[in-house]
Amino acid sequence: MLELSIALPAVINGVMAGAVYALVALGLTLIYGVLHIINFAHGNLLMIALYAVFFLLTLGGVDPYAALPVMIVGAFAAGYLLYRYVIGTLSHGKDQNVLLVTLGLAIVLENLALWLWTGDTRTIQVPYGYTMIDLDIVFLPVTKVIAFVGSLAICAALWALIALTDLGKAIRAVAKERQGARLVGINVEHIFAVSYGIGIACLGAAACFLLPTYYVSPTTGDAFVIVAFTIVVLGGMGSFIGALVGGLIIGVTESLGGLFLGESLGHIGISLIFILILLFRPTGLFGAAR
Amino acid sequence: MRGPARGRWLVGALCIAAALAVPFVVRSDYLLNFLILVLLAAYLGQAWNVLGGYGGQSSFGHVVFFGTGAYASSILQTRFGVNPWLGLPAAAAAGALVGAAIGFLSFRFGLRGSYFALITLAFAEAFRIVANSVPFTGAGLGILIPLNQSAANFQFRDKPGFYYVALALVLGSLAIAWWLERARFGARLAAVRENEDAAAALGVDAFRCKLAAIALSGGMTAVGGTFYAQYFLYIDPSIAYGVGRSVEILLVAIVGGVGTVFGPLLGALALQAIGELTRAWLDAPPLSLVVYGALLMLIVGFLPNGLIGLTALGRRRRRADA
Amino acid sequence: MLEIAHLSKSFGGLAAVRDVSLTVPEGRIVALIGPNGAGKTTLFAMVAGFEKPDEGSVRAFGADITGLAPHRICAHGVVRTFQITQPFAGLTVRENIMVGAYHRVAARAAAARIADEVAQRLGLAERLDQPADRLTVAARKRLELARALATGPRLLLLDEVMAGLNPTEVAEIVAVVRTIAAEGVGIFLIEHVMQAVVSLSDLTYVLSDGALIAEGPTAAIAADPRVIEAYLGHGAAARLARGAALP
Repeated sequence: MLELSIALPAVINGVMAGAVYALVALGLTLIYGVLHIINFAHGNLLMIALYAVFFLLTLGGVDPYAALPVMIVGAFAAGYLLYRYVIGTLSHGKDQNVLLVTLGLAIVLENLALWLWTGDTRTIQVPYGYTMIDLDIVFLPVTKVIAFVGSLAICAALWALIALTDLGKAIRAVAKERQGARLVGINVEHIFAVSYGIGIACLGAAACFLLPTYYVSPTTGDAFVIVAFTIVVLGGMGSFIGALVGGLIIGVTESLGGLFLGESLGHIGISLIFILILLFRPTGLFGAAR
Repeated sequence: MRGPARGRWLVGALCIAAALAVPFVVRSDYLLNFLILVLLAAYLGQAWNVLGGYGGQSSFGHVVFFGTGAYASSILQTRFGVNPWLGLPAAAAAGALVGAAIGFLSFRFGLRGSYFALITLAFAEAFRIVANSVPFTGAGLGILIPLNQSAANFQFRDKPGFYYVALALVLGSLAIAWWLERARFGARLAAVRENEDAAAALGVDAFRCKLAAIALSGGMTAVGGTFYAQYFLYIDPSIAYGVGRSVEILLVAIVGGVGTVFGPLLGALALQAIGELTRAWLDAPPLSLVVYGALLMLIVGFLPNGLIGLTALGRRRRRADA
Repeated sequence: MLEIAHLSKSFGGLAAVRDVSLTVPEGRIVALIGPNGAGKTTLFAMVAGFEKPDEGSVRAFGADITGLAPHRICAHGVVRTFQITQPFAGLTVRENIMVGAYHRVAARAAAARIADEVAQRLGLAERLDQPADRLTVAARKRLELARALATGPRLLLLDEVMAGLNPTEVAEIVAVVRTIAAEGVGIFLIEHVMQAVVSLSDLTYVLSDGALIAEGPTAAIAADPRVIEAYLGHGAAARLARGAALP
């Protein structure tokens, strides 16, 4: 039953999708690692980013991949402002409140989208949309390959930012010890907003890679929320490597799940992994024990 | 009874009398429907409040109990011919069981706060997927309850019947909340909510308390699901287990005031009213949800005690009880 | 009456408590002292059920309570207070104490009566309706004691209940502890404030680096060179004896 010719393409497709998931999850895990908040608006912010890429193409004629720099910068700015003036202000720094504030934000975003753009799913047509790369055992759409490579590249760039720059050092300091960071003169509020901004910037990039192979509708965010959370919890809250590995595992699980259980039931694999991890190893594969 | 207490009982009795008289005064089906939905929302919010407010465990997936109750009574009715009135206790049992299961797994492993919220979300989603895929629940098509209007069949010919059932549910939930504020179980639950370790040192079995709270909350919510099924006569996986309803439920409790007796009632009234207003004004259903989301954010930011914090009831909460 | 036998606990590579055995005789006030980091709170945590011992046993009033959950240990009559007070912040003082009272009664009225009574004895009567998170440090300590007392304990484990109090407040709490002990409740207390230790207990154990280094009448303990060295460092006892200045 497990014919290689059927399973292998599924695995490869899963890995490719997994890289993009990893990018999405990376933003979420960074936000958690630094701010210790669970960003319930993450899925819907991705949805907004997807719409942005969509309109950049349909209204501005900008190719999704060419839009990458604009999206990253724009998403960062949006995330920074969102945290600084909305989330940070409203939650007064309490964890329980942030949960609810980001939930409220998620609701607002999803329904604004529903109102502005209706529930129709939108897809885009790009000239290379049907180009395939022939690898004998499997045909890979070039858009998926670009998504795969691009996501990994952004992840690497992010790693470099965190590990090698001064800003990265400040972020790591705040993540480890908030008060201490404050005491050595780091503007913690600013770093919080920057981290949130970077998390959303990941979404901006992910949207550029995702739209050519996927679609967008106001409910797209919901689909990604559970996936993103599962990856983050599986990989370990706040763990970089965890998000990457988790993303790949989930991508493959989703692909194989869909193969064996069908589209509908296939998704239960992800919910089950989520529940099992939360129960038996809430720190995830690579997370630090809290 | 001393003066102030007697005054309060009198006001309460008057309110109940007024509520009972409503269907005789209000003839409009539209208005009665509005009130029924308010009552249902208030009831569900109060059920959430048992776990989220009094118990301090915010669940983001409460719809899992709602859907279980709706499916339990509907399946018993359509497949096994069980009278829906009997379906009510069956639904309550099913909801309590699911609550106990989720609670057992979550609390056994010490899940709290955000992690608990997430796992309830995951359970709700898992149930939805299963309900959507399994013939027993009608899969994606859902369950249509055959029209058979009679009081004996929990399908009233007109609105007042449903109104009184909804009112009964709300009064029951108020009684439960009032009991929680006065009985030993409620005091222990509050202690666990505030500081689990300190409570344990004083002899409180925190695990059992939380388990009881989630079972109670689940059972109550499930009954609401049965009511919904009988009122609308149709359920499907997204109606029964959709994440939107989880959010509506917790919104009612939080906007109204968590951990209070009358909070959810106030919250339900406010939210339904806002919903109607935005629907009339803006003629765009998603916008009322935008308002809900914004309201949630604003309440958390500026009115953490909910709307009830604005009223005399809220301010009086801290005073000694007679 | 508490019997601790060969209790040990390590965290990772660090041995916090090493083979400690001691007895708290019935109805006495016994003190546990030692420098910071000696393992005193870890010992308490093991007795009260908040940490599981790696080795050894704890018996209270004849029953084996080793490794039981805290609420079960409370049922055996052993109740602890916390070094950093843990009030039920959202509840009033009365409601706080009632949680303890509910351990022995089921009815609200009875619990409220016990709470009022206990509050009276501990000087909290005027604050019964105040929210617990608004209390001063001294009042919080009293609340911590009151809650534990309301459960009707046979042995109280007091973890640094005098910490953060000025001398007057210390004297007040000492008086309160004495009256509690006079009713037959055993007291086992961790303390740094020597004034309290000396005036309360006639039996003291000294813990240093996880191990018991001295035990006996309090007066003798204070002069014991090993104890002095544990607090003041190697050679300090000899220097003191010579009358030389401390480094």
